[in-house]
Amino acid sequence: MTSSSLALVPSSTRTLVRHPLVERYAPILATVLALVAIWYVAAVAMNWTLVKDGFEREETPYTVSDILAGTMDAERPLLPAPHQIAENFFDSVFGYPPLAPRSLVYHTLVTLSATLLGFVLGAVFGILLALMIVHSRVLERSLLPWIICSQMVPILALAPIFIVVLGALGLQGLLPKAIISAYLCFFPVAIGMVKGFTSPDPLQIELMRTWSATPRQVLSKLRWPAAVPFLFASLKVAITISLIGAIVAELPTGAEAGIGARLLAGSYYGQTVQLWSALVASAVLSWGLISIISLVERIVNRGMGAR
Amino acid sequence: MDQRKFRLGLLFAVAAIALAFVTPLAHGAPALLLRPGLWQAATGAGVLFALAAWYADWRGIAPGLAGAVIAAAVSLLLLRDPGIAGSAAAGFWAIVVAPWLAAAMCVTHLASLRPIRKQPRRMINIAVPLLFGATIFYLWEVAARGFGVPPVLLPSPSAAASRFLESLPTLAADFNQTFIRGVLIGYAIGCGAGLLVAILAHRFEFLGRGLLPLGNFFSALPLVGIAPIMVMWFGFDWPSKAAVVALVTFFPMLVNAIAGLSAAGHIERDLMRSYAASHRQSLAKLYLPAALPFIFNALKINATLALIGAIVAEFFGTPTQGIGFRISTEAGRMALDMVWAEIALAALAGMAFYGFVTLAERATTFWHPSYRT
Amino acid sequence: MALIEPHISFAGPAEQPPIDTAPKRLVVDAQNISLTFETADGKVDALSNVSLKVTEGEFVSFIGPSGCGKTTMLRVIADLQQPTSGSLLVNGMSAEAARLGRSYGYVFQAPALFPWRSIEKNLKLPLEIMGFSEAEQQQRAEHYLSLVNLKGFERKFPWQLSGGMQQRVSIARALSFDPALLLMDEPFGALDEIVRDHLNEQLLQLWRTMGKTVLFVTHSIPEAVFLSSRIVVMSPRPGRIIDVIDCNFPPDRSLEIRETPEFLKIAQRVRNGLRAGHSYDE
Repeated sequence: MTSSSLALVPSSTRTLVRHPLVERYAPILATVLALVAIWYVAAVAMNWTLVKDGFEREETPYTVSDILAGTMDAERPLLPAPHQIAENFFDSVFGYPPLAPRSLVYHTLVTLSATLLGFVLGAVFGILLALMIVHSRVLERSLLPWIICSQMVPILALAPIFIVVLGALGLQGLLPKAIISAYLCFFPVAIGMVKGFTSPDPLQIELMRTWSATPRQVLSKLRWPAAVPFLFASLKVAITISLIGAIVAELPTGAEAGIGARLLAGSYYGQTVQLWSALVASAVLSWGLISIISLVERIVNRGMGAR
Repeated sequence: MDQRKFRLGLLFAVAAIALAFVTPLAHGAPALLLRPGLWQAATGAGVLFALAAWYADWRGIAPGLAGAVIAAAVSLLLLRDPGIAGSAAAGFWAIVVAPWLAAAMCVTHLASLRPIRKQPRRMINIAVPLLFGATIFYLWEVAARGFGVPPVLLPSPSAAASRFLESLPTLAADFNQTFIRGVLIGYAIGCGAGLLVAILAHRFEFLGRGLLPLGNFFSALPLVGIAPIMVMWFGFDWPSKAAVVALVTFFPMLVNAIAGLSAAGHIERDLMRSYAASHRQSLAKLYLPAALPFIFNALKINATLALIGAIVAEFFGTPTQGIGFRISTEAGRMALDMVWAEIALAALAGMAFYGFVTLAERATTFWHPSYRT
Repeated sequence: MALIEPHISFAGPAEQPPIDTAPKRLVVDAQNISLTFETADGKVDALSNVSLKVTEGEFVSFIGPSGCGKTTMLRVIADLQQPTSGSLLVNGMSAEAARLGRSYGYVFQAPALFPWRSIEKNLKLPLEIMGFSEAEQQQRAEHYLSLVNLKGFERKFPWQLSGGMQQRVSIARALSFDPALLLMDEPFGALDEIVRDHLNEQLLQLWRTMGKTVLFVTHSIPEAVFLSSRIVVMSPRPGRIIDVIDCNFPPDRSLEIRETPEFLKIAQRVRNGLRAGHSYDE
């Protein structure tokens, strides 16, 4: 037996409740509850002066509990209370028909469409480029250093240019946003897949050579299966970047629809709670997309024999 | 590379040069032969191409590249003629194709070389992408000016470069606002806080098990959306941008540092236990040094994220300066050469920052196996 | 008792330790140590009623197949693991007190040198933790490095040394703070046979000059018989002691002794013990 299996049991673990489900989720739950509690305290603290000044301006008599209640229900709070955000969120999602301009669902769908289109385009081009790089030594030595360099460049800063240029060329709406998203997620996918395609052990490649495998066979039987973990890792990064790209792309021209537009509107008109709702929507979207990719990954892994 | 392909490509380059002499450079513009100095240079380039084609192996690279440089210079000088710029014809493009072909052949051949000694190999590794990049820039320049692409759409590199040099004061002010104040301060706060919380999470396991999944969750979110809220809290100026950067860099550092602090091997941990070392001693002598590769991984990721965060945060509103501010306003005004200049500034800043972090990484994690292969 | 006294006086290689006629004290006194733990496949008896007494200055080897509990026993003595029942005294105190009193040095299967420290700094690691002065640290590091014949490698880094040299540094590190007891868990298991022979000789010489008590876990029969003054044969399922064999080879023995009949007889006895403990069964 190796020493790791005879490991010292950390003495800080409570032996009270040993059920695996509790062990796994209790810390997360406790931390989340603690964060929510801190949030409430912060909301009260930050909105205090605002609410107090509001009362004094209207010259209404107030007590401490009035201010307390006011901090959690202010119209333009500095920090909305969690329940305020939840309320606004559910209102915006369920209170309007899904395709109405005031529905959060509508805006989410707008951003989602650009994200998905950009993601698919970027991922496909990234994989193609990776395939080309892996099979051509020239491309590897001339192009790959530039791709690696491009990782250090804040490519997102190019978003306004793209919008403006593509707008001047007559492209508006979904396509420019998708192109920006595609451009953003194309590089991480390309680099991730190059790593993946070159990850097989040299011994395994030599084995293929002893069987006189053609490059295409090596690709389909060795490189692709070896690249699968790298594929999913880079797809998760890509979808996140694609979403950010779609949101940022909505900013320069002051778009009317989309999560980015909602963020912008919320900040211009001082609609704090609406702003936070839009943020929650983007978080839900991001988490949802990554969960879908994780699910697909798990299915694929099970098919490939991983535990 | 195949000797025949090499030779063929260079022979085509010679043919292209010859073509430039017989076809018009542009409608109504004087032919190449009528331009003193230029036609001799073009002939010289052609001769060099022929020489390279004759060698058709590694000895042909030097003459091939030299000829390409000369031919490229000829084409760029030709663009000075207003009769050619904007309405170039077959003859001109022939002079562009020639160096392009020659450079492509030489770069391809260079890339396929496998010298045994370290020094030439390193030089080739740097030369190949540089030559490739130089070719791309050249083609961009010639295409932008030769086709007469409106500078509003795609300015030529030379125009962008001259605009860059003209606007150095503005660029410096923007750099100060965005990078020095927004990025660096936010980066220090975010990475520092992330490391501290990770150390706490390592010490108190319950906290760690709660924070790690949350950290993973938050690092996947589009945190730049928090920018307008930060503006509300901290005002329009750089503190709100620093706050965004701090938030964006906190989570990757937290996640990586937690992973790094648990990276110390089992045997090493038992060793410290056998020495009856206190937790602080173990932290300083084992856990933190072992975590350095992970911490630097986060520092490198955060270097790029910080710059992006600061620039995007500025898209949401900023007083009068800043890289993001300049990009969005100049883009709105269609002054794209200024935008490209700002992007070049951001790119240089990004690469310098990343390079700096990489140097620091190499100095402190020289012992890691990844440096020894 | 036997806490570290940071005076600097080492017996040089030419001197012999004084002949002690006083009764030797017990360094390890284990009575009915048992250790069971739960796995997914049910309870495992890693150790079952193991009793052992080790006096000062002995070289005791533990030999047996994987899973016989020899490593577990060593870790219990080192307080890296707690037994589920039984009593244990190390140097006259509880295992935990012995650990907190830094009574032993542990050498693991892998050298466990910190790659970011030079060899010299690696040797100083326990000394830094235990609060030795700078001058002391320097002197001890130099002394013990030359003791394992690695003088001149102070500024090198672990990856620049071979596996065998790294393990020698690990041994020097374990000795640097003068512990009463040296615990070694298959220290030469990862090395090739030629290096292993060389290191066996060196370890024997070290033991002779320093007179320390050594507990040595191995799964190599020749190694156990060559090095030990006493061999403890263990067997698995449950982990227990099958046989304890005394060896009385001359202290200045060399590797040639491995071909003598006495050596082979003891090796045979070890092998019989292993077979009796079903160590060779599937």
